[in-house]
Amino acid sequence: MSGRLPVQKTYKLYIGGAFPRSESGRTYLAEGANVARASRKDLRDAVRIARQAGGGWSGMTAYNRGQVLYRIAEMMEMRHAELAALCGGAGEVTKAVDRMVWYAGWSDKLAQVIGSANPVAGPYFNFTVPEPTGVTGILAPEPPLLGLVSRLAPVIVGGNTAVLIASETHPLVAIELAECLATADVPGGVVNILTGLRRELAPVLASHMDVAALDLTGADGDAADLEKLGADNVKRVVRGRADSQSPYDIAAFLELKTVWHPIGM
Amino acid sequence: MTKDKRELARREDKAPIATAWDYAPAPEARDIVKIQERYGLFIGGKFVEPKSGERYTTIDPAREEPLAEVAQAGKADVDRAVRSARKAFANGWSTLRPSERAKYLFRIARLLQERSREFAVLESINGGKPIRESRDVDVPLAAAHFFYYAGWADKLEYAFPNRKPRPIGVAGQIIPWNFPLLMLAWKIAPALAAGNTVVLKPAETTPLSALLFCDVLRQAELPPGVVNIVTGDGRTGAELVSHPDVNKIAFTGSTEVGKAIQRTLAGTGKRLTLELGGKAANIIFDDAPLDQAVEGIVNGIYFNQGHVCCAGSRLLVEESIYETVISKLKRRMATLRVGDPLDKNTDVGAINSKQQLDKISALVQSGVEEGAEIYQPPCKLPERGYWFVPTVFTNVAQSYRIAQEEIFGPVLSVLTFRTPDEAIEKANNTPYGLSAGVWTEKGSRILAMAQKLRAGVVWANTYNRFDPASPFGGYKESGFGREGGRHGLESYVVLDDA
Amino acid sequence: MATAPVLPGGFELPLEPRLPRLGSVDAVALEARAATLATRSIKRESKLFALDLAIRMMDLTTLEGADTPGKVAALSSKGIRPDPSDPNIPSVAAICIYPNLVPYALERTRGTSVKVASVATAFPSGQSSLEIKLAEVREVVEAGVHEVDMVINRGAFLSGRYAEVYDEVVRIKEICAGRAHLKVILETGELGTYDNVRRASLLAIAGGADFIKTSTGKAATNATLPVQLCMLEVIRDVHEETGRVVGMKAAGGIRQSKQAVQFLVQVHETLGLAWLTPDRYRLGASTLLNDVLMQIRKERTGRYQNPDYFTID
Repeated sequence: MSGRLPVQKTYKLYIGGAFPRSESGRTYLAEGANVARASRKDLRDAVRIARQAGGGWSGMTAYNRGQVLYRIAEMMEMRHAELAALCGGAGEVTKAVDRMVWYAGWSDKLAQVIGSANPVAGPYFNFTVPEPTGVTGILAPEPPLLGLVSRLAPVIVGGNTAVLIASETHPLVAIELAECLATADVPGGVVNILTGLRRELAPVLASHMDVAALDLTGADGDAADLEKLGADNVKRVVRGRADSQSPYDIAAFLELKTVWHPIGM
Repeated sequence: MTKDKRELARREDKAPIATAWDYAPAPEARDIVKIQERYGLFIGGKFVEPKSGERYTTIDPAREEPLAEVAQAGKADVDRAVRSARKAFANGWSTLRPSERAKYLFRIARLLQERSREFAVLESINGGKPIRESRDVDVPLAAAHFFYYAGWADKLEYAFPNRKPRPIGVAGQIIPWNFPLLMLAWKIAPALAAGNTVVLKPAETTPLSALLFCDVLRQAELPPGVVNIVTGDGRTGAELVSHPDVNKIAFTGSTEVGKAIQRTLAGTGKRLTLELGGKAANIIFDDAPLDQAVEGIVNGIYFNQGHVCCAGSRLLVEESIYETVISKLKRRMATLRVGDPLDKNTDVGAINSKQQLDKISALVQSGVEEGAEIYQPPCKLPERGYWFVPTVFTNVAQSYRIAQEEIFGPVLSVLTFRTPDEAIEKANNTPYGLSAGVWTEKGSRILAMAQKLRAGVVWANTYNRFDPASPFGGYKESGFGREGGRHGLESYVVLDDA
Repeated sequence: MATAPVLPGGFELPLEPRLPRLGSVDAVALEARAATLATRSIKRESKLFALDLAIRMMDLTTLEGADTPGKVAALSSKGIRPDPSDPNIPSVAAICIYPNLVPYALERTRGTSVKVASVATAFPSGQSSLEIKLAEVREVVEAGVHEVDMVINRGAFLSGRYAEVYDEVVRIKEICAGRAHLKVILETGELGTYDNVRRASLLAIAGGADFIKTSTGKAATNATLPVQLCMLEVIRDVHEETGRVVGMKAAGGIRQSKQAVQFLVQVHETLGLAWLTPDRYRLGASTLLNDVLMQIRKERTGRYQNPDYFTID
């Protein structure tokens, strides 16, 4: 009976910039801790909040969004040790931080690479610009930090908001990351992270009529069923890689708008 | 209650007849920035004494007071700087992982944001521009440029489809005195992002923000020699341009010097970009939102005392609204506050140097002599310092010197037009081609005008808007090459086959 | 009884009084100019000057369903003598209330320099018949108010029935002329664009407005700096072209001294000193008054203040 008794951490959900418990009051055991077991109602609330946050987030200048992502990287760097203890180690954290920085730099360049001024055959100015799709549901793949960051960053840098279901077996690092988001000037509701049971949450997310896109990179074996559910509101369904970075991963969650305007005195 | 009534009966509580509402001086504190007594040259990551042994004094143009002694870099100093840049290039900067290069630039961007007040105050003290501009425009944009190009450093292959971009080597960069820190950012950020190292010469009259920037480089832990700053006058620039081991020259300044540089580099195989002078037409149509257009005219020529290469120095106004526009303009000019650059309420600051003041005065004199009508609002100028009252000339003919030559001061020349074609003709009738402004409600006309104007930047229903994502540069004698945007990377890379 | 001139399908201004071109407003540029003007740093004696003006030009307002004679009496006293501990603090320009409370405000302010302004015309919505609106105006004018704050018919405006909007203003001005000055509330928060604000301003002025006023204070968006700038530019154009003087009132949402000073700076730099007088400019506010008093005391004593030291009414 010696030494100091540490204060144990309570792991809750991250919704709307705050850390609520599940409305169901349930938890489940993961990595030796009681982790919030999100319910369908939590998910419903998260989607509603993600939608409300969409206007502000997509309305920010690309420059500001890039700065927010860079600040997430700042906060992650500060918590290097805490994050490393909860995932595959320092190497995974370093990669995740650098990935966030990489994506931060795309916010104010994507339109220049993906958009265009189109030389149509007529006296019209015609241009194409990318725009965010909307609320995006993400099933985070392993590894628990790098996989999550690799799928989250491209979604939000383009102006979408996210409802993300963390790894079921390794959820703690997701909540640790949420604490980075909460201190990084990320507006509440832009990212929402739910911990809980995949089989309970994934179908609800996939069938939600107000979720515009679905990242099924982390789906195991049930991807086809989830995609079928997503067809009810023609969701954009993406299956990417857990450890990759590309502007096309951003583009997968963007719409393209083409505008015509006559040229004449 | 009765007491109230009696009190009020005594008091003459009529509508007050105020004679003036003078804004009390609201000076930004100077002491946030520490200016050293003397500066050396920043070479190889540290300050060194100039081998030339020569120094000169840089002053505060609003007070005509000395601020510091800076070095006059001679041939040997420039050589030392270039060798330092070459060493840094070969020994790591060009082979550093691009994502690491990016992080240095992100650091620099953040540091500029953190020290923004310090830089803004210094810029106003050394250059003469109002603190409101250095605080709200110059410094934030400078930080934004570093932030923007940081993101390109590890994405170059996306900027040039089917090409393998690599850095050129050592870039020699010469910048003007009108936006000292911002011009530094426009030059250094893309150069470093692409993997080059640089030797930069700030303008003779405005070296201090570049020298303070060296401290940001120290805090960012930028490897020594990646950025070298050599101060001095035109002689230093000439040494840099003609140095055999510089692979690329980027120059922003007068057209005259730009041509000299182009002659010097002819046949050497060195890459060159030039951003030179302008005589932009700001074109107002009769359906323009008038009060906003007048604001745009004012912003176009009086922002930064008119020391702007892309200034809207020729107002082309549709004849049918001429009277209305001129009367609104004169009325608006009378509310411009000229004075202490550090006063937060100052709109128009000091002219950067005696030399520039003399040039402006001479050209204005020529305008009067050639027969244009001059208007200057009543304005109380400070005793000491270099000042010029915002001026507008009407009854100007296209051939007058004030309509042809770049004045680079707060002087506007007004001409009229009857049809859009006439406006285009007059707007394009100049050897310059940097920028133009168009004011009209009609979208199709904006696009048609933009199509026909021979200018590198066209502003519609706005003026003097800059962004790191937006390419900037001129046609014709306003120079070649673009700064900003994806295109701004082109002049800093060699495009090998993929 | 005035009738509107016969107007064709579109909207045409009558030739008399002559009005400036309708014109358009660029929203981005307008907002940028308003933002730049808002960065003016007004300190020390120039700040005190502005704060003093803000009180002199204030319409101290209460427009609640729960207003009672007692509430209005207390507000009137506050308006007459905002700070009992400081005799240098001037009275406000006017008390602004609902028609039912007019007699009590008149009683309380009799013999003082403080005017009584009443809202009318089915404030705030304006969604009643013209007859009812005219009757309401007649009633408050008979009762002796000095000023009438009417609302324009936004339903008519937004559906393009501009002649109707104009006609209502003309009819109400007829009742007020020579007895009470007329402020016309545009309810800018409902008009959607600055172009519409400009149009509505010109309509109101054409109809005879003595003042144009931004808002009822009951909408989601009330007085903003860009919207005031838009309206001041109309007033300037009217004055330049016809010599007619029209006043401006910014109402709703101005709670802090810093905002109030920004509104005054705009007037100063757009219309000049001549408009910085209660005859030509008003701030419609309620909680603003105490904030101004706190700021005045802070300027004089150098200390940040505590609301407990200032009476609520």
